[in-house]
Amino acid sequence: MFIRLLLALALLPGLTPPAAAQGAAASPPPEIVKAITEVASSDAAVQETAAAALGKTGDRKLLPLLEALREGSVYVRTLPGGKKETVIVGDKVSEGDKTLVPVFTAYGREPIQGSDGKPLLADLSTLEEVSTGRSLRLVLRPLIDAFSGQTQLADPDWTVRQAAAVKIGNGGDPGALPALTEALAKEKDRWVRYALEEAIALIQLKAGSPAERVIAATRLGALGSGDALDRLRDVANATDTPPALKQAAGDAVKRIERWSLLTQAIQVAFQGVSLSSILLLMALGLAIIFGLMGVINMAHGELMALGAYTTYVTQGWFQGHAPGAFEYYFLVALPLSFLVAGVAGFVLERGVIRFLYGRPLETLLLTWGISLMIQQGLRLWFGAANVDVISPKWLSGGVPVMVGIQLPYNRLFIIGLATVAVASMYFLLFKTDAGLRVRAVTQNRGMAACLGVRSRRVDALTFALGAGLAGIAGCALTQIGNVGPELGQNYIVDSFMVVVTGGVGKLLGTILAALGIGGLNKIIEPSFGAVFGKVAILVAVILFIQRRPSGLFAAKGRYADS
Amino acid sequence: MRTRERWAFLAAAVLLVVVLPALNALPQASPLRVSNFTLNLFGKFLTYAILALGIDLIWGYTGVLSLGHGVFFGLGAYTMGMHLMLEIGAKGVYQNVLPDFMVWNRVTELPLFWKPFGSALFTLFAVVAVPGIVALVFGYLTFRSRIRGVYFSIITQALALCAWLTFNRNAMNLGGTNGLSGFKTMFGFPLNEPATQRGLYVFTALCLCGAYILCRWIVRTPAGKVLVAIRDSETRVLFCGYSPAAFKLFVFTVSACLAGVAGALYVGQVGIITPARIGVLPSIEMIIWVAVGGRGTLLGPVVGAFGVNWLQSLLTTHYPDLWILVLGGLFVGVVLFFPDGVVGTVQKLMARFGGSAKPVSTPHMAAPQSSSVPEGKREEVAP
Repeated sequence: MFIRLLLALALLPGLTPPAAAQGAAASPPPEIVKAITEVASSDAAVQETAAAALGKTGDRKLLPLLEALREGSVYVRTLPGGKKETVIVGDKVSEGDKTLVPVFTAYGREPIQGSDGKPLLADLSTLEEVSTGRSLRLVLRPLIDAFSGQTQLADPDWTVRQAAAVKIGNGGDPGALPALTEALAKEKDRWVRYALEEAIALIQLKAGSPAERVIAATRLGALGSGDALDRLRDVANATDTPPALKQAAGDAVKRIERWSLLTQAIQVAFQGVSLSSILLLMALGLAIIFGLMGVINMAHGELMALGAYTTYVTQGWFQGHAPGAFEYYFLVALPLSFLVAGVAGFVLERGVIRFLYGRPLETLLLTWGISLMIQQGLRLWFGAANVDVISPKWLSGGVPVMVGIQLPYNRLFIIGLATVAVASMYFLLFKTDAGLRVRAVTQNRGMAACLGVRSRRVDALTFALGAGLAGIAGCALTQIGNVGPELGQNYIVDSFMVVVTGGVGKLLGTILAALGIGGLNKIIEPSFGAVFGKVAILVAVILFIQRRPSGLFAAKGRYADS
Repeated sequence: MRTRERWAFLAAAVLLVVVLPALNALPQASPLRVSNFTLNLFGKFLTYAILALGIDLIWGYTGVLSLGHGVFFGLGAYTMGMHLMLEIGAKGVYQNVLPDFMVWNRVTELPLFWKPFGSALFTLFAVVAVPGIVALVFGYLTFRSRIRGVYFSIITQALALCAWLTFNRNAMNLGGTNGLSGFKTMFGFPLNEPATQRGLYVFTALCLCGAYILCRWIVRTPAGKVLVAIRDSETRVLFCGYSPAAFKLFVFTVSACLAGVAGALYVGQVGIITPARIGVLPSIEMIIWVAVGGRGTLLGPVVGAFGVNWLQSLLTTHYPDLWILVLGGLFVGVVLFFPDGVVGTVQKLMARFGGSAKPVSTPHMAAPQSSSVPEGKREEVAP
């Protein structure tokens, strides 16, 4: 892409810089010129020495050459005077039976211009390929890593800088120390500073003097570095470790372990809340429908899948028609998913479910049938394989809150979304006239109908609302999991359990049940496994229902048990 | 009516127990010969029919919709499967007395819970007892606390999910996802012999007749009347001084035992049992057999099990994509348009035009009981 851009720029006649000025700008020091010539040698040993020499200069303009060497796109061009020149070639272009390639300078990778002032396209057959052997590649790799690491340490994006620091630290190359120290002095961001300090300490622990290693071990302990734990353990357990270092490493291990206990607890709590909010998003729609009509909508999972596929289609549309606004597709997909699933729910209610009021078991079977048909329809339309939904940039990555804990943005977003959904449901049900009607029908359908509430219309709209919530849940799920026809099935039984435990017609019950089941799941899972977690929750729910057969908050009064 | 029903039953029984296997025993060249494949397929359907009878008892007659009957079927099947695995002995791929998958999983000693299944007598007992006991405990916990209606269905569905997850685990030593297969003999008879399969088929058909007679007896006793009363109005039964929980527990357990027997017979004929047969989807598919055939009648589940599965094997061979759509359509169509199922509809038509027959009472006529449906909904029973 970048190359094409360069080419395009160069092709514009007005923008083409005068050849003389360009030549003056890119004249490398003589030792580099020598190494560039030598790197194209046919002798592998000469090549390796030259490559190492190029690496030592630390000149960033040499990075393209080293990368090109690794890819095998370095050639030797014979100039008209018989002089040879090392060049980098770009993407091949076919013209007739000839293969043409744009050529670039070895130093800085700038396009070489021909006599007509246009970028030169050389016939590939006139060029002599520089071979890259395995041993040269081995020499090249650390050099390129060091180069790119240094470039990344100066990147404007802090996540790139942090990742570079972590990578260099794990690489353990003492040669990178000066660059790290330099970066640390300039760095302002807390998390990049942390990563840099950790990297410096890690390298020192590996390759420093005995005194430095002791200090590094203590420092790693103070940093609470989870990455260093294994290495510190090795140091503490090795037989040839000096006693002072052994002591320091042992202390550091203990300190890090204490710290990780805390971070793990926080991690579990966060995962629990995250799972709970997913369950809540899914169960909210189910619970409202269940409360109002006594109907468990088995097609709820497929309505979620509809929402997820709506997101997928929206994303595809943005990719094709508005790539510039791609980052914001999710903001369009969210209401769209609500709409699509809501309309589907409305049609479902008006079309079939309304004929089955008062027969919840039949409705259950009917909605199961519908769910099978939607599922198979999605499979036939979009294929049985999972489809890719690309997260927008602002939903990928995460925010580090303390050492060892990074909260992913997508999970935070879902927690936020669930909160907003619950809050708006509260507002809708308890502060608006429509909500009043819904509550009236939920409590006593006959009485509400007598008082002029059009219960049938309330039913249809509530069903559509519940379905729309499922669509939103599906849209949110695209950001954390696979999107396939079976999307709904993965969580659906769990969300049924939430509804059953939460009880009928009480939002608070649903919220508490979601928190309880989600939290319990994540507490049990690490030590007993996911399967046992599910079984344990089933047992817990059955035992719980023993005490409260109508869920957490059973409606009081005679109608509670018809 | 009674004598007519008896004759119909006898005719069907003779057809299934005597005629079909006899046709199978004909020489290869005979045009009337029923192939081994067809007989095997029918044998499978027969086991499904036994299972469906059990589901009809609990759902069609008592009005309790269990979405977890695949578990009981699976328990029976696994119980028998474990015995058949042990019967293989050292004739397996690894020449080890342990079942092959255990060798594969590096289990060195037979797990304790496998040991009793070496005995054929114990296995025959366990085929009925294991599902029965599980149903008894599960039913006691749920019915005692008056979990009913949709709540019960959801809980049983969760049971099916949990069972599926559990049986899928290798650590359970039940073969994991691949389940139990590769059986060689059944109580000493080689399973790949057509004669053994024929014998097994006849036995299965006899079991179906037995199950039919048992169910018929149950629904005709006074207890059977109470079951129907529970379906139509559980609260009224409670106020009359009966304990619906006890009746439901009884019929739930009987139905689980029938499912277990069906599972055990299934394993012998199909030769494999995997967790895929006990999950959420197969469990709810069993319901549709009963619904299509006609719940609340005893002939219905048998007809439904045969019809739906025959349709399935037809469609999955020719139009594999279509089957799920058809299955979904069956759910919708039966619930909306033919709540009585095939047999129920035919009986109704006969009652209308034949005059003499007594109209059957169908479950959907009365509003089902559900703690979640307030009184006011009664008036809205659909036309």
